[in-house]
Amino acid sequence: MIKIERLTKNYGSNCAVDDISFEIQKGETVGFLGPNGAGKSTTMNILTGYLSASAGRVAIDGIDVLADPIGAKKLIGYLPEQPPVYLDMTVDEYLKFNYELKGCTLEREPHLAEICEVVKISHVRKRLIRNLSKGYRQRVGVAQALIGNPPVIIFDEPTVGLDPKQIIEIRSLIRSLGKDHTVLLSTHILQEVQAVCDRIIIINKGKIVADEKTENITRVVEGNRRFNVKICGPQREVLDTIKSLPGVSYAELLAQKDGDACTYMVESEFGVDVRKKLFYTVAEHDWAMIGLESLGMSLEDIFITVVNKTEEDKSDAESGKRNKSSAPKRTRRTRNTLENDLADTLVKDAEQKRAEAAEVSDEDM
Amino acid sequence: MLAIYKKELRSYFTNPLGFVFVGIFLAVSALLFSYTTFLSKTYDTSSYFLLMIFVLVLLLPLLTMRLFAEEKKLRTEQLLLTAPISLTGMVLGKFFAAFTMFFGCMLVSCINLIPLYAIAAAERGNLSYSTTYVGPVTAQIVGSMIAIILIGAAFIALGTLVSTLTENQLAAAIITMAAIFGLIFTSLISSFVPVVWIRTALNWISVLGRFSNLSSGVFDIAAVVYYLSLTFVFLFLTVRVYEKRRWN
Repeated sequence: MIKIERLTKNYGSNCAVDDISFEIQKGETVGFLGPNGAGKSTTMNILTGYLSASAGRVAIDGIDVLADPIGAKKLIGYLPEQPPVYLDMTVDEYLKFNYELKGCTLEREPHLAEICEVVKISHVRKRLIRNLSKGYRQRVGVAQALIGNPPVIIFDEPTVGLDPKQIIEIRSLIRSLGKDHTVLLSTHILQEVQAVCDRIIIINKGKIVADEKTENITRVVEGNRRFNVKICGPQREVLDTIKSLPGVSYAELLAQKDGDACTYMVESEFGVDVRKKLFYTVAEHDWAMIGLESLGMSLEDIFITVVNKTEEDKSDAESGKRNKSSAPKRTRRTRNTLENDLADTLVKDAEQKRAEAAEVSDEDM
Repeated sequence: MLAIYKKELRSYFTNPLGFVFVGIFLAVSALLFSYTTFLSKTYDTSSYFLLMIFVLVLLLPLLTMRLFAEEKKLRTEQLLLTAPISLTGMVLGKFFAAFTMFFGCMLVSCINLIPLYAIAAAERGNLSYSTTYVGPVTAQIVGSMIAIILIGAAFIALGTLVSTLTENQLAAAIITMAAIFGLIFTSLISSFVPVVWIRTALNWISVLGRFSNLSSGVFDIAAVVYYLSLTFVFLFLTVRVYEKRRWN
């Protein structure tokens, strides 16, 4: 439905989006993730025809945005970062203006009433937008994007400035939209992506650093075997015993005491479940295990590692050119091995996809 | 285009600007009209129309200053630029909204002419015999009206262009005034230029220079084409400004 090929955007000498390619299938809900200034909004602005690309091709449902901008724009409902509302209009007037602006052919009153119902602004339709709170303005912006029932919906940070209840409402709205629309939303809130998206694209400094199905990432996150275990017993011996277990890659004593028990943080090798073995070993020594709590790796961890990873790789490559030793970085990296493994796979995947896309378009030429 | 036209026209009357414009325009035109005709005891309207051009310099920027500057400031231009309409449609919608305001005021200000014609009719009734025509010359008035409306269109187009260049409405208004003054002053300056060909060139491009034929009741097609192309050029540049902004 959305196809981006080798998209590049330069602002003067500053490269905001650097040769990115991806494709979004019909009916997919895709989260576009990245730190501030990563190029999310720029990409979205190019998709919606607000900006033009310096190089590359963007097509919505096969229609090139540059060749037939009006045709492409008809397919898109767009909510920019700041809801583009006219403060001196009432909600009703604003929606009617948008209805006309988009040349919508659906029957007006029922269509607008339905949209207002969906985003829950029916009770403020007669009020001036100037007098609405940020959350309501945001919803009016969402309503505007839904007018005409466009097949592609693009939201730029839709939940910024909303209260927690509204955030949940907007998320469930996006989820329900995702059933019969193609949705692309950008955000830097990770739970949001996890909650509503089928697929996650992480972008940093204008490059795609990861592009994975949410379930894959979640599976990896859950496959993580790091947990806190509370054991009553002599600290040093317990720690040594845990460390000597096969499959344990890392163990550490945490300074949390609970009666005569201590908490240990244990990390197992990838794909190995050591919990059972740990339990029996501890039991053999006649120590009591009074707690076992698995520490899920959060999306934040992945995100930060993936983003750092690409930056580190870059600086590694650069410093590698200058002098061969990059030893201090290696030692730092032995910690959090899991995140690094994961980040490695994600980054490599993205690189591979990039290379494939490059090959394909090279063949085209 | 129609949606934008309606929205702009509406917004002139949802904030005070439209009322201020209509009020000042009608008041000033009535005042000028009575000073230049009734109080000067003449049926000659030419000085009224000439003064009106200078009034337009001050008033028309009020109409055009917010057209694009406000959209830019509120970030609503993103809505218009991502909507399925052409840039030309967007610019024309806004231009015609401002033009409609001006055109409407101009038509309403024709009420001023009624007492003048009434007085002329009364005077003719009093004279038992008349050798010369007494009263305003309708051809001159119609010609001046056409000229003023075309000049106004050109000024509005210029104001529209300036409005795209800044976020600040006040700056847009002041720059527009300066630019329009520049257009008008070329003809005033030209009379001080001793070199003939420069003077000819300046007269050729000057807005006021072309006004005289129309205002004397001669339908000067060259002048009409000149004013229309001036309008076209400014609107074209406005579209180009937006086109260029997408690319940088």
